[in-house]
Amino acid sequence: MSTDSRPYIFVIAILLALFGFYNYVVYNTDGYVAIEKLSPTAVKGQQLFQSNRCWSCHQLYGLGGYLGPDLTNIYSSEGKGPNYIKAFLNSGIKSMPQFNFSEEEKDALVQYLKQVDETGIYPNYDAEIEATGWVKLKYRDEE
Amino acid sequence: MKSKAPIYFLLFAMAALFLGMFFGMTASFQYLTPEFLKEQIPFSKMRPFHVTSVISWIVLCATGSIYFFLTYVEKFKLFSPLLAKLHFILFLLTGVAIYFSFAFDYTEGREYFAFTPVLIVPILIGWVLFGINYFKTLYKNVKGWPVYYWMWGTGIVFMCYHLMEAHFWLFDFFRLNFIKDFSVQWKSTGSFTGSWNMLVYGISIYLMSKIKRNTDVATNKIAFFFYFLGLTNLMFGWAHHTYLLPTQPWIRYVAYAISMTEWIVLASIIYNWKRSVLKVEKDNNPMAYRFLLATDFWIFINIILALLFSIPAINFFTHGTHITVAHSMGTTIGINTTILFSALFFIIHHLYPEFQTDKKWVKRGFVSFNISLLIFFVSLIIAGAKRSYWMYVSRDGSFSEMQDSLVPYYISFFIFGIAIFVSLSIVAFPLFKAFFQKIKP
Repeated sequence: MSTDSRPYIFVIAILLALFGFYNYVVYNTDGYVAIEKLSPTAVKGQQLFQSNRCWSCHQLYGLGGYLGPDLTNIYSSEGKGPNYIKAFLNSGIKSMPQFNFSEEEKDALVQYLKQVDETGIYPNYDAEIEATGWVKLKYRDEE
Repeated sequence: MKSKAPIYFLLFAMAALFLGMFFGMTASFQYLTPEFLKEQIPFSKMRPFHVTSVISWIVLCATGSIYFFLTYVEKFKLFSPLLAKLHFILFLLTGVAIYFSFAFDYTEGREYFAFTPVLIVPILIGWVLFGINYFKTLYKNVKGWPVYYWMWGTGIVFMCYHLMEAHFWLFDFFRLNFIKDFSVQWKSTGSFTGSWNMLVYGISIYLMSKIKRNTDVATNKIAFFFYFLGLTNLMFGWAHHTYLLPTQPWIRYVAYAISMTEWIVLASIIYNWKRSVLKVEKDNNPMAYRFLLATDFWIFINIILALLFSIPAINFFTHGTHITVAHSMGTTIGINTTILFSALFFIIHHLYPEFQTDKKWVKRGFVSFNISLLIFFVSLIIAGAKRSYWMYVSRDGSFSEMQDSLVPYYISFFIFGIAIFVSLSIVAFPLFKAFFQKIKP
């Protein structure tokens, strides 16, 4: 039943040291493309996005819910944009309830989605799929 | 007299499972009739109830099982029964507070932690109390830990860390940089899952060694090799969730390399165990054994899926589709829940040696649970494949039209979701009743 724990403690210590270093680097690494920090209005929009649980149904970069569409590039998509976003917020649609946001709140949500849109592209139709199984993403600054 | 805290945890976990399945059913109904009660109980309100309840089932059942194994099976004197009691009360009260937070829309948090962020404090305190009790108890009683003790200890420590990390967004350093913030959010979520997997997989290895009455399965070098591989995945393998996020490519390279080893960990251990299990021993714990066999099957299915979509070229097409949902359902229901039910049956046999676990209806429930889950799983895979086709191949029609085309699969998903609910309720009911008898004064 009993095992010699010393070698295992040694391996765990090494893994923890690597984990600490890795976390330090990840936390201090920005995205691949330089982006502006969220403005105070965008932060307010983000808060509204969270407190109204928009993520339950919608996705950003394919992460979130499945009942509504992905919103990563809704701001810049052809035929969509700020007025389109506000129209949905005003009226709701199918399973989306009607929200009673003030004009200021709607502006904040639009500003948040605008800044999300500036960070990248999803779905990334122009990404290159390589023979190694790797996917070379197309970035915003390469458009 | 032994502490009843483990039994309370298990009863609490089973109640959370029942509620989680009920909320899941209510939420999934809105895929079929989107306008059903959408102003009163919109999907966005029901989903946090469902997700939090089912995560609670996994975490609480794992916690109760570990407390039980330490005190009832190993017969260790718990460092502090009072801390265990406090741990339970804290989690119970926080659970009630979380439901209130959801009901009254105090949901400033993020996916998986939608409740008002202050509630993470008592949750963290609960984990710290568990950690103190766990490590102090083992330190006094065991020299040279089998692998499951390492796994449980790792799960507890990393649970504390990743629950904190999931709330780093509260600091502007993270929050103002969207890409960094979003990747750290999904890093924490991925590793949060890895942390509870450490608890649950540790339980499966514990059960194997007990059912087989052979400690080698938990002490040999291969078991430790796989434990370290699992730990490496927990620490560094999260980024396959964010392959399509414009993070620095090296983060994704690391994840690609490490993710390829994922899931082989437990499958190999169970495979090696099953080949040599003795009939007489499985006869002592027939339902615990059956549930572990089901785990084996679900691991096999999910290994294939997980390995495939950890390849970026495949992930590109499956990410953001229901295939990801199929994977999370396959792992949480197919793997975690079958291991935990195996633990519940093992525990009930320990509490009541005469208790007949493989009653006719329980066996029927077990079979219909697995069949229903398979159809539920396949429905999600097909729905995901169709969504992917719409996103990348046809690129035709609106989102709403695509959703309408998935209705047949949503119907199947809903019906077999109910079937899973009914089947698990049939299996769980006699266990719940027996546990309840145990806490009656």
